[in-house]
Amino acid sequence: MKKHLNTLFVTTEGAYLKKDGQAVVVSIEKQNRLRLPLHNLDGIVCLGNIMCSPALMGACARAGVSISFLTPYGGFIAAVNGYSPGNVLLRREQYRRADDPDSTLHIARHFVSAKIANSRSVLLRAARDSRDAESKSALQSTAKLMMRNIRAARNATTLDSLRGTEGESANTYFSVFNQMMSNRVKGMEFTFRSRRPPLDRINALLSFLYSMLTHDARSACEATGLDAAVGFLHRDRPGRPGLSLDLIEEFRAFLADRLVLSLLNRKQIQARDFDVTESGAVLLKEKPRKEVLAAYQKRKQDVITHPFLNEKTTVGLLVHLQARLLARYLRGDIDDYPPFVWR
Amino acid sequence: MFTDNQLLPISALQHLIFCERQCALIHVEQLWAENVLTVEGRHLHDKAHDGPSETARDIRIARGLWLKSNRLGLIGQADVVEFHRGGVVRPIEYKRGKPKKDASDRIQLCAQTLCLEEMLETDIDEGFLFYGTRKRRTKVEFDASIRDLTMRKIERLRQMIEDRETPTARRMPKCEKCSLVELCLPDSQRFRNGVAAWNDRQFHCDDDVDDVPETDPFDIGLDLLEPR
Repeated sequence: MKKHLNTLFVTTEGAYLKKDGQAVVVSIEKQNRLRLPLHNLDGIVCLGNIMCSPALMGACARAGVSISFLTPYGGFIAAVNGYSPGNVLLRREQYRRADDPDSTLHIARHFVSAKIANSRSVLLRAARDSRDAESKSALQSTAKLMMRNIRAARNATTLDSLRGTEGESANTYFSVFNQMMSNRVKGMEFTFRSRRPPLDRINALLSFLYSMLTHDARSACEATGLDAAVGFLHRDRPGRPGLSLDLIEEFRAFLADRLVLSLLNRKQIQARDFDVTESGAVLLKEKPRKEVLAAYQKRKQDVITHPFLNEKTTVGLLVHLQARLLARYLRGDIDDYPPFVWR
Repeated sequence: MFTDNQLLPISALQHLIFCERQCALIHVEQLWAENVLTVEGRHLHDKAHDGPSETARDIRIARGLWLKSNRLGLIGQADVVEFHRGGVVRPIEYKRGKPKKDASDRIQLCAQTLCLEEMLETDIDEGFLFYGTRKRRTKVEFDASIRDLTMRKIERLRQMIEDRETPTARRMPKCEKCSLVELCLPDSQRFRNGVAAWNDRQFHCDDDVDDVPETDPFDIGLDLLEPR
């Protein structure tokens, strides 16, 4: 895994994307502002009111570049993906496994146990770096509690009990989320996990980054030939990318949560970067949104060693590798799916 | 006789000879990825197909000629075919780089020849491979042994595609040159029957709080003395 392709994020309301040869041109108020060759991209994410020419959509579909249309805050609206007739065999196998309760449970256990293990690792790393004795010990003892959840997830006998363990771990983990912040100021505390809409600033950041991660996972599924909509842990629901959501479980804490903490601890994002609406929903303003996207994109270029393949890769390619390993497992090339476990 | 729905691309023979798994990934699983080599190769072929048919001296030159054989069940395109006065036909295939050790280029040219012979109802006894670095033609004689080898490879290709079989990956030196290596993940095969055990090891963690991951140097900035 040597190359790392880029995602183009378009956040300027009213921008128009069009095709010019084998390039995408971003035009704002009829002025061409940016021109990027398609072969350097693996995805385009349009946030807010962005228009896109049909010719560009066709070219992207052919080039394997996925386009996602999201609300300004990352809520999914629609996606353009190419026709993927190939891998009908792989997809059939995916459906067969998703229909079989034992297979589904087996695969879902991996997603959940890796999610808990990686959340636990985030707590431990933060505990190590913490200068506050109280926080340090709170983080350490919570990490200890989560050990039990990893075991429970590995041994879960039903999907419901597995989801129960997952929920319990998430509560445990988020209960000490504030302890991972160095400069706690009013209005910047984590309260409880809230989505649709996020009710505090940290939830707004988390939800935003989880959406970006989901876009990447969706592209990874498409590129691998998997059906992004048919998950194992996440039940089918029209419009919901079940398998993408399954795949991001391994990465939520490792990638998104740590990035949120870093942005806050380094004061790159502050209380004034959010709008609080009358209904209590908290939204990230436009300029800081760009800052978050730039940080996410930069983070994806960091190099780490893939724990299973033992090969250097970028953080951004991890989810692609996991999709491919899942495909290998479904196809019977390897005897089990190795989830991403950060160690 | 094969129907039009059963036709296989001649180019798949090259993939088959390079690596059966690569061939299956492309032609059974419909995966594709480009690298420098595939892009260069495509440009070379586009160039070879460029330009009008022409007649020079006693030779008529056709480019990018479509080929088909319902007897063999093959379809493809020839870079250049020369039609000499007197009925002699000479297929020419353009290749980047230098002649390969394996027979893949000769087999591809031979398969084109078998199609041409069927379409034109003629016999072709030789053709040429033109290599980019050498910049001259290498003659290929279509004797019984290359024809026989080509027929066997065509049979193997058909069997693999009809059985929808994807052979197991093996890491080989030539994987470095393969554009599909990132989709194939040959290294995951080292663990073929060991992933379950690997998973057990990953999740075996002690309550030891010093068990902190170090594989990722990313820092959340919790220990900043002076917040920036």
